[in-house]
This record gives sequence, C-alpha cells and structure tokens, in this order.
Amino acid sequence: MTALAAATADTATMLRRRLRHLIRYPSLTVALIGLPVVFLLLFVYVFGGTLGAGLGSGMGSASGGRAEYADYLMPGIVVFTICAGAQGTAISVAMDMTSGIIARFRTMAIARSCVLTGHVLGSMVQTLLGEAVVLGVAIAVGARPTAGAADWLTAAGLVVLATLALTWLSVALGLASKSVESASNTPQLLILLPFLSSAFVPTDSLPAWMRWFAEHQPFTPLIESLRHLLYGGPLGSDLAVAVGWCVGIMLLAWAWARTLYARRPVR
Amino acid sequence: MTLSTSSGPAIEVAGLRKAYGDQVVLDGLDLTVAPGTVFALLGPNGAGKTTTVQVLSTLLPADAGHVRVLGHDLLDQPDAIRAGIGVTGQFSAVDGLLTGAENLALMGDLHHLGKAERSRRTAELVERLDLTDVVGQAASTLSGGTRRRLDLAMTLIGRPRLIFLDEPTAGLDPRSRRVMWGIVREQVASGVTVFLTTQYLEEADQLADRVAVLDGGRLVAEGTPVALKRQVPGGSIRLQFADAAALDAAARAFADAVRDDSELTLSVPGDGRVSSLRDVLDRLDLAAVEVADLSVHTPDLDDVFLALTGRHEQERSLG
Repeated sequence: MTALAAATADTATMLRRRLRHLIRYPSLTVALIGLPVVFLLLFVYVFGGTLGAGLGSGMGSASGGRAEYADYLMPGIVVFTICAGAQGTAISVAMDMTSGIIARFRTMAIARSCVLTGHVLGSMVQTLLGEAVVLGVAIAVGARPTAGAADWLTAAGLVVLATLALTWLSVALGLASKSVESASNTPQLLILLPFLSSAFVPTDSLPAWMRWFAEHQPFTPLIESLRHLLYGGPLGSDLAVAVGWCVGIMLLAWAWARTLYARRPVR
Repeated sequence: MTLSTSSGPAIEVAGLRKAYGDQVVLDGLDLTVAPGTVFALLGPNGAGKTTTVQVLSTLLPADAGHVRVLGHDLLDQPDAIRAGIGVTGQFSAVDGLLTGAENLALMGDLHHLGKAERSRRTAELVERLDLTDVVGQAASTLSGGTRRRLDLAMTLIGRPRLIFLDEPTAGLDPRSRRVMWGIVREQVASGVTVFLTTQYLEEADQLADRVAVLDGGRLVAEGTPVALKRQVPGGSIRLQFADAAALDAAARAFADAVRDDSELTLSVPGDGRVSSLRDVLDRLDLAAVEVADLSVHTPDLDDVFLALTGRHEQERSLG
C-alpha cells in the first residue's frame, strides 16, 4: 500500500468513526441545525413584517412584506448555518482531544493529518445536512429563489468552500482551547459576525462606522454572492472576494490546526 | 516486518533526559531490553515511569539522549517504531462513544487488516480477553477492568512486536489482573517483548525477566527479581499507638525501628513468622507500652525504596 493510499484509507476510517459519533450522539446535531431554523422562523415571522417593509429598493421591489424578507434572509441563514456547525466542530474536537484514544492514534503508524481530516469531513457532512434542512424550511416559509441550475451549482460550491474554511478554522479553535467549555465559547464570535453583515439587514441601514466594518468583513461578500446567485442581480467583485476570503482562511486555519495538533502535549 | 532488527536489543536507551520547565522528570536514564523478554520499570507515582513510556512510544520528544526502539532511531524513524509497537496505558485509550466491537474494528482498519483477518483476530481476542458479553456495549459504559481488557485487545489486534504496558493492573480487580498477567505470559512466549511499568513489586516479580527501579528520574537498581529482592529486608511489623508518649516509649525499646510521628506508627523489621511476632510482643510487654493496632507487612515497593535509597516513599514525596 502506498503512503497516499494508506492515508486515504485511514482518513476514510476516521470519517466513519466521526459519523458513528454523530449517530450515537444526535442531540448535538439536532441543536446545531435547530439554531438556524429557530432564527429563520423568528426573523421571518416576528421581525419579518417590519423588516420586509424597511428593505427599500435593495431587493428590486420598492418595499416588501414577510415573503420578501424571507427571500432576503435566506442567503444569510445559509451562512449562519455554517457558523452554528463550526461551533459544534470546535466542541467535538476539544472533547475528542481530551480522550485517550487520540494518544493511541499518535503511537500508531497512521498519517498524522487523518484524525483532523476525519473531523473536518464529518463536520462537513453534518453542516451540509443542516443546510438541506434550513433550505427546506426557508422555502416552506416563503423564500422563492429564482436561480437556474448553473447558479444553484455555483452557490452550492461556494457554500461547500465556505464550510470547508470555517470548519478548519473551528478545528483549530477546538485544538487551541484549553477545555471543552472554552471551546464552546471561542467560536461564539463566528455566530455574532453574521449579525454585523448583510445577513439580516442591508448594510446601508447601519450607522456609518458599523457599515464600514460590515462591508469589509468576510461574511458580507459571501452572503451577497449567494444572494445574487440565487436571486439574480450583479455579482460584481463579491464572488471573487468571497472565494479569496474562504481560501485564505482555509489555508491559514489548516496550517494552524496542523501545527497545534503536532505540538499539543499528551496528558 | 523487518526480521533483521530482531537480533539486536528491543530497546536501547542512553542518557535520556526529559524536563517540564524546571522540573526534571528523567535525569539521564540508561537501559537495555532484550527481545522476547519482560522488562519491568518499578517506581512510585511521579518517578517518571509514564514519561518514560511516552518518550519510548514516540508520544513525547526527549530533551537529550539516544533512543533506539526495535532497531530504529526514535528521532529519525518514529513511524517505523510506531508500526511495531502497541501501547496500553493506565488511562484507557478507547473511544467511549463506540462499542467494543467498533473500537476493535477501528484498530483493525487502521492496521489495514483485510476483512477476514480482522474478524478472525477480533473473534480470537474477544474470546481470549473475556469480552464476549460486553462487545456490543458503548465503551463508556464498561467498568474499569473491562475497559482495560478492551484497551489491551485493541493493542494486540495489530500484532505488535513490542508492547508497552503502563501500570496495566493499577486499580484492577484480582480477576482482571490475572487475565492481564496471563496475556503478558502468552505474548512473551510467542516472542513479543513487553515493557511494563508498575508500582507493585509482586507484579514485577511474577512477570519480569529483569526489573529496574526508577527513582527521581534515574535507575537506582537493575537486575533479576531474585537479585533485587535480595537487597530488600524481609518485611516489617507495624505498630500503631494511641499517643506520642506510647510511641516514644516503644521507639526506645526498638532501636532499629522506623518511626512515623504524624501517623503514630513504628515499623519494626521482621517477617510474619510467629517467633518474630512473639519477640516483638515480649519487648512491648517489657517496656509496658499499650499498642492500639498491629499489622504484619510483607516486602513492598516502599521497602525496596528504603533498601535502595535509604528513604521512605512518603519522605520522598514530601521533600
């Protein structure tokens, strides 16, 4: 067996291990998918009427109601789902690192990367499952994307890329945290960031200083790209900027996670 | 599997040093383990036993020294070492969310066993390690002893040539301990080398071909169990007193005894024979001292330490 074939087989083994964990411990998955679903329902049904009326010309129509707000919110909630999943990943990684099985893996002749890659792939499955649920609920509450097949495919690719980047970041955050408790706190920032973007309201409704931040943080180009892909409109440079952010975050987080895993002392 | 390396020592360590910050854990360790033998590293908590296992099993980098395991240099070829070793520690290294069977399958997959070989090995080990009834349960629900046996099965499934057992029987019930000892003997009979750490002299005595005593990061003695026990006095009779005055009076009657003022006890050298017991009681009567409690103490690690280092384990940990 070549080194690459062995590493691939070991990564598949680690992925199977993570998927078994998800099945054995479904409450975490349910909680992670539940959070964006609750936010979606809350924002559409509680705030949606008012927020929809205030959308202005941002969505093309002069002003809208609850259904228009569901359309506006959907790309933001899709990104929010990735963030919620990332928090779960950090907790899972931190929990796993405190268990003795990781020390055993380190004394075995297996590729060092496969433990982390197994975590990333397992979390990707979890998050993309969540995306399917969230998308279903969004359509059920009135969102009506107008995209054609090619745009859907591009949007899906962008979601997968963003999930990959944020999952690697949360793996690194989970490795960096001293305890399981702090692992659940650090990624809270990831949950907060979408609120300071164009996810829930257009950035031009924000005060000037906050608008500057909202327009320059990575989530806004990501959300705007998805919005334009799913509902039409000029993509501009958003897609390139979003892909750039994702690739940059992914590479840095990947290198950081690998370094942490190699350096982390045993108990 | 490389047979060319099997003729040399299974483990060679020279000048191994390891410190955590200011705290020196291993202070120039030298040892050699012959292939196909059981080597026991004996020492109290904090002596550096676990650190030694962690360094030799590639988990921790050493600060200084030369280490060869199964003929491979620790720094240059850690993966070659990992391919030939198995580790079972005092902290169980099982995946608590998986069942016993899934844990074994996980190890089988990581060793790239074929499906048939994997099931055959699993069935064999489940049977041998008495895991038949529990193999379908989540590992986190298993008792300590059962989990340790599962841990050992996971180590054995890859057929390691060198097994590290870090305090394998600490906290185990007698039955699990017997099973563990039986497995060690079988493995050695089939040519496997075992590196064992333990706090129990009896365990080293039962299993090991050679025993080394670790104290303060150094080996203070090494030899066969018989040779080592020769350096240990026969044992002691432990006397417990109600107050310090009684302890003082008794201490005057037994000049060669070791007193412990905080515990109000006196350890008088002597074995469990009736004649030596009677002698102690006679001398207590003569000194007119009341004894609150008396127990006969057979040689243990504390005695080995007393004999080899002139210090008590309790004193060591205090100072």
